[in-house]
Amino acid sequence: MKSDSWKPWALLAPSMSAVFLLLVIPVCFVIVYSFWLRAPSGADIPAFQFGNYAKFFEDFFYPKILIRTIRIAFETVFLCVVMGYIPAYFFYRSTTRYKQVFLLLIMLPFWVSFIIRTMSWINIMGDTGLINHFLLKIGLIETPISMLYNEFTVLMGLIMYLLPFMVLNIYVSLEGIDKSLLEAARCMGCTEWQAFREVTLPLSLPGVSAGCLLVFVLTAGTYLPPMILGGPGNDMIANLIFKRVIGTLDWPFGSAISVILLSLLFAIVWTYNRYLGINQIFKSFQGD
Amino acid sequence: MANVTKDKLNRVYEAYRNGRISRRQFIKYLSLAGASIGLMGSPFAGAVREAWAAKSIRFDGWGDPVSAAFRENAFKPFTKATGIEVIDGEFGDMDSYLTRVKASYPPGGEFNIAHLSAVFDYARYVDLGFSTVLDESKIPNLKNVMKAMIKPLKDITKGTLSAVPYDLGQTGIAYNTKYISKERAEKLGVALLWDQALKDKIGSWGADHRTNMWYAALHTGQSPNNMTNLDSIWEALRQQRKLIKKYWSSGAELMSLLANEEIYATVAWSGRVALLQQEGHPIGYLSPEGTYSWMEYLFVLKGTDLEVAQQLLNFMLEPAAAIAVAEGQNYPPSLDPTKVELTDKIKKMPAFDPTGKLEGYLFADPAYWNANQVEWTEKWDRIKAGS
Repeated sequence: MKSDSWKPWALLAPSMSAVFLLLVIPVCFVIVYSFWLRAPSGADIPAFQFGNYAKFFEDFFYPKILIRTIRIAFETVFLCVVMGYIPAYFFYRSTTRYKQVFLLLIMLPFWVSFIIRTMSWINIMGDTGLINHFLLKIGLIETPISMLYNEFTVLMGLIMYLLPFMVLNIYVSLEGIDKSLLEAARCMGCTEWQAFREVTLPLSLPGVSAGCLLVFVLTAGTYLPPMILGGPGNDMIANLIFKRVIGTLDWPFGSAISVILLSLLFAIVWTYNRYLGINQIFKSFQGD
Repeated sequence: MANVTKDKLNRVYEAYRNGRISRRQFIKYLSLAGASIGLMGSPFAGAVREAWAAKSIRFDGWGDPVSAAFRENAFKPFTKATGIEVIDGEFGDMDSYLTRVKASYPPGGEFNIAHLSAVFDYARYVDLGFSTVLDESKIPNLKNVMKAMIKPLKDITKGTLSAVPYDLGQTGIAYNTKYISKERAEKLGVALLWDQALKDKIGSWGADHRTNMWYAALHTGQSPNNMTNLDSIWEALRQQRKLIKKYWSSGAELMSLLANEEIYATVAWSGRVALLQQEGHPIGYLSPEGTYSWMEYLFVLKGTDLEVAQQLLNFMLEPAAAIAVAEGQNYPPSLDPTKVELTDKIKKMPAFDPTGKLEGYLFADPAYWNANQVEWTEKWDRIKAGS
């Protein structure tokens, strides 16, 4: 028995190696970089100092962008739950033979480039886009309505990107609910609404939690929707990192912002685990 | 030779399919494969890579339509004439490209020639240690290049060259003639970018603090290469931000915003404006006094096979190739118009100078702008974000 103890490690070795090489080592590099200095030419100077972290907190400019990012992430999570639960519940209750087709439709957007999907909104909501063209054509407006490049369009881009993640998580969780529980609730006198509220909703919460966590983390780290659909003042923290690393070649400060974001996300996940339990997420993928 | 190898491989494949490869043969082929990998690695890596590199050279440029102009008019004819393949890469802006160069291993080693803008970038690449020393005798067509474009580069690299000047352009002001008349644009000049009547219809290049500060300097009556009152520059940019609909991030986005009438006025690259005009869009171009001019050059990065690079640069400076590229990308070439006869199309391009001396053109002073780059970029980012 003891001689077999190496087998799980051998099986885990490829994935652990990948995680170590592609995640742990790069994160370590980022942490080390965050203590370095930057020369005016863009060259990095090895050092150990906390100036980059101090710079982040020396006034409210950078924390304000971080707070905006967290606020937008919470808004995205809320809207994705509201908009995602309904289709997921529909798929769960549906008995149509086209159920698999509906599920495929949820996955369909992933087949198109995220950038193309995001940019397509410009053709829909732009001043000469589809909506304005239609409204002008029917005479409802005389001049185009300016709809793009604000926080609303950023949120829309984020929801478009992340909604499938929420729907699929909730759906998988709902599929795991034993339907006989619903029948039992109905037999005991529950109305359809009461059965949903007392049985379905609580049992689907692990899936909702999993979706929330996934959407939150992905929103906090994304930069394309604010870049393409945002206007002045809609930047999120990932845009700031992008500008520091790419725009000014200030890798040390960009690394420090990344470490701050990583720490914040870690704290949120830890709190989540403390009060809700990460294991709830795994439950959502189990049968019963 | 190639056919013999192919036959041998086919025989091995046939044997494999028929189950006729013994364990001993398997070990033999495995060893051969290992030896091949070994040759590609140390200690023969350098020799093998060099042998391979001599057949190709990497060129990174600004993306279509500029890249297409280079590809069709210079790279394809060069490959046809020499057999050397030009690997055509793209970048969206100079800073992101420099990040990639810096991150490559060895730093700069994966890249060969870059189509860079402005002398301050030449200085940055030199400061970071990515420069080379070109043998000018191997680039005889340099004699046709405007001296006014060569001198600023030689001043930085102490009489040597790590690049050849290739074209020049301007960042002027583009405006939609459907909504802004030519008379009004010319009357307002730089103030067009601060016109309250255009609120939410103005754009600007978000990634570049220089362009924005340059026009703020002109707007506040200061010299862009010697701004004495920075507070008024920042205040002007804050005021302009209230009118901005979108800070664009690439030439493609600039063209899309203008063509789709999302914005009516913006700072804009002269070549992109010319392209929009050729496509029939109602876009006018304004170059007020002090317009931001820049020269572009082909920078050879450290570690590049200089023989091949010099051969390509000389080919690209051939009048026929340089004129064709210029017409394709809509920027005048670096060729001296007093030495080489240029076409009418080129003579009508913004930034074209018939004297070849570039007197009166205002370029960014590399020492001045590079010395303040970190501080000003950060300040610009804050203003752009609403601070």
